[in-house]
Amino acid sequence: MTTPLPRPKRKDPIKRTRLPSLPPVPRSREALGLTAVAAEGRFALQRCEDCGRVQYPPRQLCGGCLSGALAWRDVPAGGTLVAGTTLHHSNDVYFRERLPWRLGLVGLDCGPAIVAHVMEDCRTGERVRMSVRLDRSGRAVMLAMPPGKEVPNMDDDLELRETTCHPRHRRVLVTNGKTPVGQALVRAMVAAGAREVYVGNPDAWHRSPELAALAELPEVTVFPLDVTDARSVHELAGRIGAKVEILVNNGYHLRPGGIRGRKDVNTPRAEMDIHYFGLLRLAAELGPVLRDRGADGPFGACAWVNVLSIWALVNNPTFATWSASLAAAHSLSQCLRTDLLEGGVKVVNVFPGPIEDEWQQLLPPPKLTPEALANAVVKALEDGVEDVYPGAVAQEIHARLRENPKEVERELSL
Amino acid sequence: MSEVAERAATRAGARAEAGAGAGTPESAKTLARFLADLVAGRIRVIDLTETLEPGFPTIVLPPELGQCWPFRIEEISRYDERGPAWYWNNFSCGEHTGTHFDAPIHWVSGKELPNNTTDTIPVENFIAEACVLDCSRECGEDPDFLLTIDFVEAWEAEHGEIPPRAWVFMRTDWSKRRDPVAYLNMLEDGQHTPGPDEHVVPWLIERRDVLGFGTESVGTDAGQAIHFSQPFPCHYYMHRNNRYGLQCMTNLDLLPPRGAVILSAPLKIEQGSGSPTRVLALVPGPAPAE
Repeated sequence: MTTPLPRPKRKDPIKRTRLPSLPPVPRSREALGLTAVAAEGRFALQRCEDCGRVQYPPRQLCGGCLSGALAWRDVPAGGTLVAGTTLHHSNDVYFRERLPWRLGLVGLDCGPAIVAHVMEDCRTGERVRMSVRLDRSGRAVMLAMPPGKEVPNMDDDLELRETTCHPRHRRVLVTNGKTPVGQALVRAMVAAGAREVYVGNPDAWHRSPELAALAELPEVTVFPLDVTDARSVHELAGRIGAKVEILVNNGYHLRPGGIRGRKDVNTPRAEMDIHYFGLLRLAAELGPVLRDRGADGPFGACAWVNVLSIWALVNNPTFATWSASLAAAHSLSQCLRTDLLEGGVKVVNVFPGPIEDEWQQLLPPPKLTPEALANAVVKALEDGVEDVYPGAVAQEIHARLRENPKEVERELSL
Repeated sequence: MSEVAERAATRAGARAEAGAGAGTPESAKTLARFLADLVAGRIRVIDLTETLEPGFPTIVLPPELGQCWPFRIEEISRYDERGPAWYWNNFSCGEHTGTHFDAPIHWVSGKELPNNTTDTIPVENFIAEACVLDCSRECGEDPDFLLTIDFVEAWEAEHGEIPPRAWVFMRTDWSKRRDPVAYLNMLEDGQHTPGPDEHVVPWLIERRDVLGFGTESVGTDAGQAIHFSQPFPCHYYMHRNNRYGLQCMTNLDLLPPRGAVILSAPLKIEQGSGSPTRVLALVPGPAPAE
């Protein structure tokens, strides 16, 4: 079993908040290919399309036959921890602050031997499960994990935690508590062990029995927050900005429709104001403090989640302007990702397909329930992935976008 | 009164006297006296306007319909790198945001009338007397309180007949509801706010020739007015007869029942259906003791 982390004590206000230090950043272009694998939580390595050899580290050519026909393919993650050691000294600031640090050599069933970070519960000579994960620099690293998933307190493993954003003991802001997804997110965060959950209340004039019920939970506090109002975002940042460790941006304004039949741009502007400018206002007010608190104790700031849609990646003409506003938000989130990486804070983008929701009423099933979407968000945080495609539709569209984006675009236009 | 104001009042009074010579129209004397009284504090100015700020509630329509923008403001510069010596803002809002004026073209019943937009309404109509009907007790007891002909006649029995081309203001003390939830008062069966009933509006137009109707709540019509046999009678009848509306006003409790002069010029928006408006009231008498 993994040594459990105690619930954090209140911070000593005399002590300086430590600045985030980052693990080594440089990677070759080939090695960055592994980032995409880690971002989605897959386990894939370069495989030679000519001779079938699986290789690591990533290179331009096949180490066996010198072929350039290398492709990232999902491969079996099983292996054996051949040798392990514990690092007690490092000249790298990031590792110095985290010593002792376990390392080991893993012989993978699919061929290569890999030097990897090794979790506490892995034993030399025994089976391990290898995973590619994003570290605090957003770079892919190899981590050897226990083969079973049922190790007690595994989430508390210190090396694993460097790649995850578990809500347990953390303080979470959900920006919109008026939507079913927002309400499910709040409940999921509480269930995952969040210490406090702050919930934004847009449209203050609107009575919401669901939000009132959430406010009864001891972990939950409701705050006025309208992301279309710079002052409102500023005031919220002033009240709780320095406490938020996970921010979930779930602004939602969908009005079906495309270009035809619109006499004005009021609706597209409202969508843009919430999804794009809303993200921008939140990022301006809350991004810097989140970034600076990336090393604020074992439960410091760790993640910024944007709940988008799979239609952020390809325009769905049924929801054309909504799709466009999410595409803008997605583009901006990539910049936010760069900004927050300086503090080791991860930006997690969630791209669900259709959800059970008033505004997507006429879409045929399968549709994600708000609860399923919320659970996918929590799982993404627990797994430390960056891009999530919850639900069958999102999975399929995402897979096809990787293969042939043009085909998806044309099919959606039918 | 401060020394400066006293001197100014004396000067204005002297001008009024000087203007009394031969050849000076009587109206010039009236204006001069008015200025003297204003400066001397014998005429007071009361602001009937809510502050334009992002938190002030805007009327809510079913979500699939077009919506009025709330007030939003973005700083251009504040003595900083965006403009070193000056502070200013960009703002956005709808024509019907905050304390605002409704022009006849706002409603379908008034869309074909002459001079029915904010830029064409005769400017004389932006200055008029107000008759203030105090319904605050009734509205405190019943948020769905409706103003009736009987209520107006009872008011007239005490204060005299409503003169032609005067505003009728319905004082409800609704503006004292500072919580947006209580102010809009949206329940599952819609909004619950006071307003005129469907008989009193045509009566005010036909029998009293009023200029328009003003309220403290978010609309000139009652919250449940969509369910009347003539939905939204205040909008429908007033605008059909080229009359106006004022809503989201405050401080109506500071006005006398009769005699307040209302200044309510909307922005001169081309083809405007209304506009946020600084509504001022001129009332007689010195400021009440603090």
